[in-house]
Amino acid sequence: MSNLHLADITGDLEQEPIRKGFGRGLLKAGQLDVNVVAACADLTDSTQMSLFKAEFPERFVEIGVAEQNLVTVGAGLAAMGKIPFVSSYAAFSPGRNWEQIRTTICLNERAVKVVGSHAGVSVGPDGATHQMLEDIALMRVLPHMVVIVPGDSLEAERATLAMAKDGRPNYLRLAREATPIITTDKTPFEIGKAYVYEKGSDVTIITTGTMTYQALVAAEQLYKDGIEAEVIHCPTIKPLDAETILKSVKKTGCVVTAEEGQVIGGLGGAIAELLAENFPAHLKRIGMLDHFGESGEPNELLEHFGLDAKHIRLAAHEVTAKKKSE
Amino acid sequence: MPKHTVDQLETISTQIREDIIRMLEHAGSGHSAGPLGLADIFTALYYEILKHDPKNPDWDERDILLLSNGHCVPVRYATMANVGYFPRKELMTLRKLGSRLQGHPERTRLPGMETTSGPLGCGLSQACGMSLAMRMDQTKKRWIYVVMGDGELDEGNVWEAAMLAGKEKLGNIIGIIDRNNIQIDGPTEHVMPLGDLKAKWEAFGWHVIEINGNDIEAVIDAAAMGRAVVDKPVMIIAYTIPGKGVDFMEYDFHWHGAPPNHEQAKAALHELRTLGGKIRSEHE
Repeated sequence: MSNLHLADITGDLEQEPIRKGFGRGLLKAGQLDVNVVAACADLTDSTQMSLFKAEFPERFVEIGVAEQNLVTVGAGLAAMGKIPFVSSYAAFSPGRNWEQIRTTICLNERAVKVVGSHAGVSVGPDGATHQMLEDIALMRVLPHMVVIVPGDSLEAERATLAMAKDGRPNYLRLAREATPIITTDKTPFEIGKAYVYEKGSDVTIITTGTMTYQALVAAEQLYKDGIEAEVIHCPTIKPLDAETILKSVKKTGCVVTAEEGQVIGGLGGAIAELLAENFPAHLKRIGMLDHFGESGEPNELLEHFGLDAKHIRLAAHEVTAKKKSE
Repeated sequence: MPKHTVDQLETISTQIREDIIRMLEHAGSGHSAGPLGLADIFTALYYEILKHDPKNPDWDERDILLLSNGHCVPVRYATMANVGYFPRKELMTLRKLGSRLQGHPERTRLPGMETTSGPLGCGLSQACGMSLAMRMDQTKKRWIYVVMGDGELDEGNVWEAAMLAGKEKLGNIIGIIDRNNIQIDGPTEHVMPLGDLKAKWEAFGWHVIEINGNDIEAVIDAAAMGRAVVDKPVMIIAYTIPGKGVDFMEYDFHWHGAPPNHEQAKAALHELRTLGGKIRSEHE
């Protein structure tokens, strides 16, 4: 869609890890607001907080390998009017410190920005312990928490800037590997909004994070198959943009979701809940199906677990066929 | 200069203990031993130690008091009511639907409650965050007091915070451990031995002061000594008697998580009002 100023995905796309955009966004947010501060649990380079730390050493706190302390220190910083971004790998934060996030951030209504990097199976060789897949579910269930999963590094940068101005607890999910940049500097981002990246009337494909690029590739292929897919990029999983999603599904009557995480409680769970209560439709959910990942090369793993354009395309065929057979 | 005489403060702490008994009896659930044991410390804090204003709970120069062991909140509610944060009659709403006095404290419901707590081990790290923010802002010196239980020290989060405060030399943090030697499953040294607490905190870079936590004057003095140590965080290990003031509750871990029934409350109030039989109660 031209008004979204997307990159041409049929051309050669530049690639960059999504976390890099977070690093730039945090630095910019820090330049814009003196109250933006950061804390990290011994992964400052990996999570890309190093840019902020280099420019604002006095506003950066090294917590050490202590994720429970990381988020509770964040709650204390927020209590004094700071806008704290606290980062680690998603497997550890929010993986290890969920109760502290629940009590001292969400129930306590402190606007801490929890940033989980290296989420999804595309972490690769590190294996299942480090491939966080349950973070969306863990954060989505918490009252007051906003859950954001950007689709590329540019969107991560915009999301980070938006989070610095959002007065609520936020969770930002980042990926490790370089992924195609599908947006441009002019592409809009607003917390709570889903965006129609590709218009179509036969099937709605709803994706988040790294899967949005895969969905756009699948949509190209589906077009050649004679299926016009509408691709909705959903960077905010909570609060969910029900209006945009339902409007599309009422038109297409069938849905595919795709995410690099557990379907249970994830984007797939959220969409299933929304549709079941508002507009039941044929639904196929792509994601991790109640199992863990394992070591391997990122692309190898994505294919192995069916998290790619090929599987999104097959799923779209499946739901459109079901719709037609009614 | 002290604002009250020791006699006055002891009268206040007895009043707070009576309120705790009445609140818990009325609520029908809650913790008895810890709050009674902490009454002298909370009297000292709110009546002598803290810079605060009950009529302006958000005063930006106030000292901060974090109750990390949230289950002991009845003592804080009772003290806050007595010192003027809210009417004493509201104490009887403890643990009732719609009350600002939740079973475990919630910041967003009650002005003057600095944080939400209950799940243990999170107070000290929030104090670290507050202290670091104050250092970044170079604000006027404010003290952060953190009351913790001894059983709470089983939590790993406490020691993560202890390391950070020691590393960063957070000199405006004064912790107070309620060393009453009991927790839900029994004596602390049976459940999970804490051993030489003084040596442990010193090893983490803290200045440690040990006192009788049921001696109000000793609490006030220890806080003053703690404020004189500016290059390190300070931990006051306050030895208290769980259930203090009610003889059938004292030292008995079964009262950690139980409220008195009507008869027990009556006996407890009689004992408190007569100072253990030393004087006649004006209520009887």
